[in-house]
Amino acid sequence: MNEDQKILEPSESVTMTDSAPTGITNESGTPKMTARNVDVFYGDKQAINDVSIDVNMDAVTAFIGPSGCGKSTFLRCMNRMNDTIPIARVTGEIKLEGEDIYASRMDVVQLRARVGMVFQKPNPFPKSIYDNIAYGPRIHGLATGKEDLDEIVESSLQRAGLWGEVKDRLQDSGTALSGGQQQRLCIARAIAVDPEVILMDEPCSALDPIATAKIEELIHELRGKYAIVIVTHNMQQAARVSQKTAFFHLGTLVEYGETTDIFTNPREEKTRDYITGRYG
Amino acid sequence: MTSTTLLFLVIGLGLVAWFFGRLKAASLQSRGPNSRSVLHSLPNYHGWYVALWAIVPAAIFMTVWSFVSPALITDAALTSPAAAQLPTDGFARAAILSEARAIAYGNQVNAFNPLSQSMVEPYREAIAYYQMIGAIAALLMVFACGAYAWLRIKPDLRARTKIERVTMLLLLLASLIAIITTVGIFLSLVFETARFFSMVSPIDFLFGTEWNPKAVAGPRGETGFGAIPLFWGTVFIGAIIAMIVAIPLGLMSAIYLTQYAPAKFRSWMKPILEVLAGVPTVVYGYFAALTVAPALRDFAVSIGISNASSESALAAGVVMGIMIIPFVSSMADDSIAAVPSAMRDGSLAMGATQSETIKKVLIPAALPGVVGGVLLAVSRAIGETMIVVMAAGLAANMTANPFSSVTTVTTQIVQLLTGDQEFDSPKTLAAFALGLVLFIVTLLLNLIALRVVKKYREAYE
Amino acid sequence: MNSLTDTSRRPTDWQGAEMQKRIAGRYAAERRFKAMGIVAIALSAGFLAFLLVVMVGNGFRGFAQTELPVVIDFPAVTSGASPSQFEGPNAEANLQVMGLRDIVDSSIEIQYGQDGTDLFSPGGWTAVSAEILNDPDIVERKATVYLPVVSEIDVAYKDEGTAGAEEQVRRLGDQLSTGFNWNFLSNSDATDPMQVGIWGAFKGSLITMIVTLMLAFPVGVLAALYLEEYAPKNRLTDLIEVSINNLAAVPSIIFGLLGLAVFLNFFGMPRSGALVGGLTLALMTMPVIVISGRNAVKSVPPSIREAALGIGASPLQVVFHHVLPLALPGILTGTIIGMARALGETAPLLMIGMRAFIATPPSGITDPATVLPVQIFLWSDEVDRGFVEKTSAAIIVLLLFLLVMNALAIYLRNRFETRW
Repeated sequence: MNEDQKILEPSESVTMTDSAPTGITNESGTPKMTARNVDVFYGDKQAINDVSIDVNMDAVTAFIGPSGCGKSTFLRCMNRMNDTIPIARVTGEIKLEGEDIYASRMDVVQLRARVGMVFQKPNPFPKSIYDNIAYGPRIHGLATGKEDLDEIVESSLQRAGLWGEVKDRLQDSGTALSGGQQQRLCIARAIAVDPEVILMDEPCSALDPIATAKIEELIHELRGKYAIVIVTHNMQQAARVSQKTAFFHLGTLVEYGETTDIFTNPREEKTRDYITGRYG
Repeated sequence: MTSTTLLFLVIGLGLVAWFFGRLKAASLQSRGPNSRSVLHSLPNYHGWYVALWAIVPAAIFMTVWSFVSPALITDAALTSPAAAQLPTDGFARAAILSEARAIAYGNQVNAFNPLSQSMVEPYREAIAYYQMIGAIAALLMVFACGAYAWLRIKPDLRARTKIERVTMLLLLLASLIAIITTVGIFLSLVFETARFFSMVSPIDFLFGTEWNPKAVAGPRGETGFGAIPLFWGTVFIGAIIAMIVAIPLGLMSAIYLTQYAPAKFRSWMKPILEVLAGVPTVVYGYFAALTVAPALRDFAVSIGISNASSESALAAGVVMGIMIIPFVSSMADDSIAAVPSAMRDGSLAMGATQSETIKKVLIPAALPGVVGGVLLAVSRAIGETMIVVMAAGLAANMTANPFSSVTTVTTQIVQLLTGDQEFDSPKTLAAFALGLVLFIVTLLLNLIALRVVKKYREAYE
Repeated sequence: MNSLTDTSRRPTDWQGAEMQKRIAGRYAAERRFKAMGIVAIALSAGFLAFLLVVMVGNGFRGFAQTELPVVIDFPAVTSGASPSQFEGPNAEANLQVMGLRDIVDSSIEIQYGQDGTDLFSPGGWTAVSAEILNDPDIVERKATVYLPVVSEIDVAYKDEGTAGAEEQVRRLGDQLSTGFNWNFLSNSDATDPMQVGIWGAFKGSLITMIVTLMLAFPVGVLAALYLEEYAPKNRLTDLIEVSINNLAAVPSIIFGLLGLAVFLNFFGMPRSGALVGGLTLALMTMPVIVISGRNAVKSVPPSIREAALGIGASPLQVVFHHVLPLALPGILTGTIIGMARALGETAPLLMIGMRAFIATPPSGITDPATVLPVQIFLWSDEVDRGFVEKTSAAIIVLLLFLLVMNALAIYLRNRFETRW
């Protein structure tokens, strides 16, 4: 496949009207996740300032920006992984299919099953490949029996493009795989609980170029089945894999729109500076 | 002149030597046109150089002399006329001589045996004579070696280098004490155990099931040195009952403190739990014997176990387990903390609850570390003495009933070495054989545990 | 590129009743697990609290003694003793010849009848001599002194005693009172629980600890410096490290066997003395000091060493002028913790004969001595009920010392520990 074609590949269903305020795209369909006026504080320090954004099912959304701009912080708000940091405080509203995920009646366990996450460094559990994938279905009770579980494991590994490589050694430890395979294992693990959204926090930053290409390919394949949000510090990667791009700077969302527009014709001065490599 | 006065005198002379060495070096320095180019080392180092030369050879001589002179003194005392009356029987003779020696050195006031009294005077004379020789020789060495060093002081003398070499040697010697101690422990145990095994067969000792040590063998040649009941008692109390208490409590405490507790609670609770490890074992022993054991016996009687002992294995084991809690807890704490937080995040991001994350991801990942910690805890529990001496019994029973009394290796070591110690009786020597077994077992446990823990740490680094 | 087999699984129905029930169950498991953690901590801390409460509850009474007033008409019974006799250097000698014991006994008999002396602790009269030395003018008047009763009555008055003693307590009624037991702080071991004290054991502990410190500290620090700063990577160094790590984990009783076999039997050092006790404990403490010392030395940043080397200091000067002073607080913390452990140690000292009945405090390192933990052990073995509270009282004293030492270590750590 030709990389250039991918970048220019138009995503028909996504349209953008000029009248929309910066940061929110107006969609014809209902967005999967919506965020409105989100602020995040670590103790006294404000990490995210008034971010509003919509995430759609049929587009890969990339968060870009210089390091420390808050893109990862915001990503971690979307499945409440920030809860694990005692001093973190989130205000504003993030909705998953219209339900406020920070509402008291929202169950965080359920939320995280519906909004999966893939981390910067591959973090397979020190268990067998099979158990890694089966972990989520087991804790959530998704499989009706052993055969059903086998099937989930197989289909998840297939979707992650790993089945062919590991089908003969499912009982080997997940940590024995190569870095790229480990990351695809983690993606398969996230897929196994059948999430609606997959958040990826710089999933390729610890991988070599070949492994990175495979992950990017995989993201293409998964597009449309899950709403995918990917945080990346690599602008080429954002251009290659995403249809929509959000540019964060100093905790604020500077610009959000079609990836092609952001990279070819950014509206904001700051975005242009970043894209052209003035800082970052 | 006693050896203490002599020692102080030699040290005093060493200080004088330091002063003169320094003085000479300083005068050399002041004479030179350019002080920096004249003297290799600072005058201070020259002082130390002379002082060390003055003290060290003399100190070595005094040490050697203190080992050699007692034999010389005894020989000299035996040539005296009073020695002719001594009995020829080796044992009685040795007893009298040691008593006379003790009186002569002033460690004992009165003699029980009149013959000893007669030997005191020859001893005193011999002691005075050889002490004098030793003192004169030592002082001569101080002066001779000190003077030699003093004469060698020249501007180009590399005094600092030499002093540093000596200091380095001292550092090495200090480190070697650890090896010497280990070897000393091993040799002394092996030596006495070998003597024990010359009287009692190792097979009988290690595999015999009857423990009833006697000084002389019974009618059928049985000696009652079968240590199996002791090994069982030790394992029962230290590795089974104590661990049943310590592992769940220690592990759960560590999990709660590291995973759930607010930072403030943790910062208070952790030191409080560590106090449990700081309480002296004799206090635990007293507590076990005074409070826990009677309570457990009453409880056992109330549920219908009539033969419950007031020195039950359970009382000693439970209290020992509580003592071990902080140990298990801190090892578990370290192991869990060593699991990368990415594991935890990975599991939580899957929608696992915290307890699912802990049970299915963190603990399996930390297991080698926890197992290593438990092995160390077992090694500590089976070597623990005071709790079992005070709370466990002396009856060598082979029972799995926690309310009955069992005895342990350490209890018996204390028991065997209490009262008269005769170093030719198998009863006394058996204590060393038990000690050797204990030493080897704890050593192996420690080596395995440290290896397991190390491997585990490396896996996550 | 592999093809995706799109298995047609129904999307998970998160709101379904079954799933909701399952989630509720998982949260219940979560709460149970958390509760187990709290229970574990509560049990551990509760046990500690229980132990302390029992010890303090029992031991508190050990500092008190039950007394009866005795009126001594000094002018009548001493046939004209003058206060001047009991001042100055001859005071003690004059007291000796005075026959004070008979004087006290006769006064007791006057007041409490023929068997009156049975009510009082046999050594109690010594309190009167202390009183006289304290205030010689007392011999010119009729004075009331409070003397300790026998142990049985003491026990019965404070708690529950034998039937006979309880009867005595009822009969004596209001005459009985409670006073502070100064004897406990100033006396040594004795056969009468009313007369025992911890001074002898305390002094023994002190001397033993000094010997331990003098030996273990220099050796431990030097070894730590060598291993951390100079030791080449070779077999010998590995062996030293393995030895130290193992020594730190060898059961303490094994050190006692070593002391018995080597120091007593081989070198013939005096039995039961603080010297051998200190030596044995020093071997036990040294690895602790080495290990903590190494950590302290390790935490001194390399930049300091480089700076010193850069201005031409020799490797030895670098260590003794720069590294050691910076590492010292850490080393001291480790040393205090090691010493606290040695102070509480009992088993090895039993092996080398420090379990003798020591009625006079030791005055040197070779005198027969005992230490606080061993004294506790010895008293715990006594059948006389009066010893129970004395044992606990001695435990309180020991725990207090340990508390102070550990607090000092924590203070040092917090005060001087630099985060680099």
